[in-house]
Amino acid sequence: MEFKDYYTTLGIDRNATQDEVKRAYRKLARKYHPDINKEATAEGRFKEIGEAYEVLQDVEKRAAYDKFGKDWKAGQDFKPPPNWDNGFEFTGGGYTETDASQFSDFFESLFGAQRKAEARRQSPFTSRHSRYSGKGQDLHAKIVIQLEDSYQGSKQSLTLQRPAVDGSGHVTTRPHTLQVSIPKGITAGQQIRLAGQGAEGIGGGDNGDLFLEVAFAAHNHFVPDNRDILLTLPISPWEAALGATIPVPTLGGTVELKIPPNSQTGKKLRLKGRGLCSTKLSGDQYVTLAIMVPNPLTEADKELYNRMKKAMSFNPRSHLGV
Amino acid sequence: MTTELQYTIIDENCEYSLRELCNICKVHAQFVQDLIDEGIISPQGNDPREWRFAAIEVRRIQISIRLQEDLRVNLPGTALALDLLDEIEQLQRSKLRLEQLYALNKKIDRS
Repeated sequence: MEFKDYYTTLGIDRNATQDEVKRAYRKLARKYHPDINKEATAEGRFKEIGEAYEVLQDVEKRAAYDKFGKDWKAGQDFKPPPNWDNGFEFTGGGYTETDASQFSDFFESLFGAQRKAEARRQSPFTSRHSRYSGKGQDLHAKIVIQLEDSYQGSKQSLTLQRPAVDGSGHVTTRPHTLQVSIPKGITAGQQIRLAGQGAEGIGGGDNGDLFLEVAFAAHNHFVPDNRDILLTLPISPWEAALGATIPVPTLGGTVELKIPPNSQTGKKLRLKGRGLCSTKLSGDQYVTLAIMVPNPLTEADKELYNRMKKAMSFNPRSHLGV
Repeated sequence: MTTELQYTIIDENCEYSLRELCNICKVHAQFVQDLIDEGIISPQGNDPREWRFAAIEVRRIQISIRLQEDLRVNLPGTALALDLLDEIEQLQRSKLRLEQLYALNKKIDRS
């Protein structure tokens, strides 16, 4: 088990006051809250911050933790000495509202599974107590898929840590693997709701539900905007000036697109129905033209540009009055 | 354990009544009313019995709950955060597209 340096996690000194602990926690919680911070690492970071705060905000737990002193470094192999917590009393009241079932083994080895179960509430994208007694908690998770998975529809295998309450009332997590069908045309932010796949109910209550929120992995060329797909398409000056029919990539393969004459950079063309289409709703692909000017590589190229310069009267800055 | 599952997609196709919405989000009708009063969600229809909520409101309700519970944000703060998050999403998209354009320019420069 790795030692966790809770002070480093919160970015504070070992002699920080309780107020400083609270301020550091609140600042970081805002920064890394997974609803606000879209980085893939935010959720993990948010949990670590919550765990560090759980220990350091409580003077008793903090004092016990401080017994390990500064000699321990984060990531070092750690085993708590026997009876290390003699003389300390951890009361349930000191627990924050963070989801203790998501805390690390390190936390659990120090402060125990039973104490974990005492913690009252859950963190984002994990689980929350149902407001209906007996019913299991709803679980929330993000699922990151490729744009192609939505375009064609696909199946994904997903492993979640599902909290369950064992016979003695302890909260434990169990890995749970699901085969999830990704329906054609799902978009970012939409949710797949799996009824009864949340946490187990208590005392015969129904299971909670599982909500999977879809997010797209970054794509090399395509940017999704709800159901539409945006693409910046480079074209040559002569294709822009004279018009052309050119190949364009779409999620469904290459299609031909007609560029009208006199097109400029920024011109937007629509490929109808080439976005993320579900059975009932359709999206389009929007192609934004970007004219690329070839560098003259030979004397002949330069000559060509010079001929254009002489033959064509063109001032792209006339609107600036120069 | 691997299982094939029944699912529902919460997308633009779905609409929910107040009762269904409360059931899915596990909230009381008063909480939904508070969110409506703050302009965070807006149902179609005049009377609560006729209200229809677009499915995408489910996500706004869930984010509202999390922001309030995790960050102690009050209701007006939640509304502001949701608006700003939408705006950030738009800006991120524009930024991504501009970055792609600059990357294209660099490719041309090198050729």
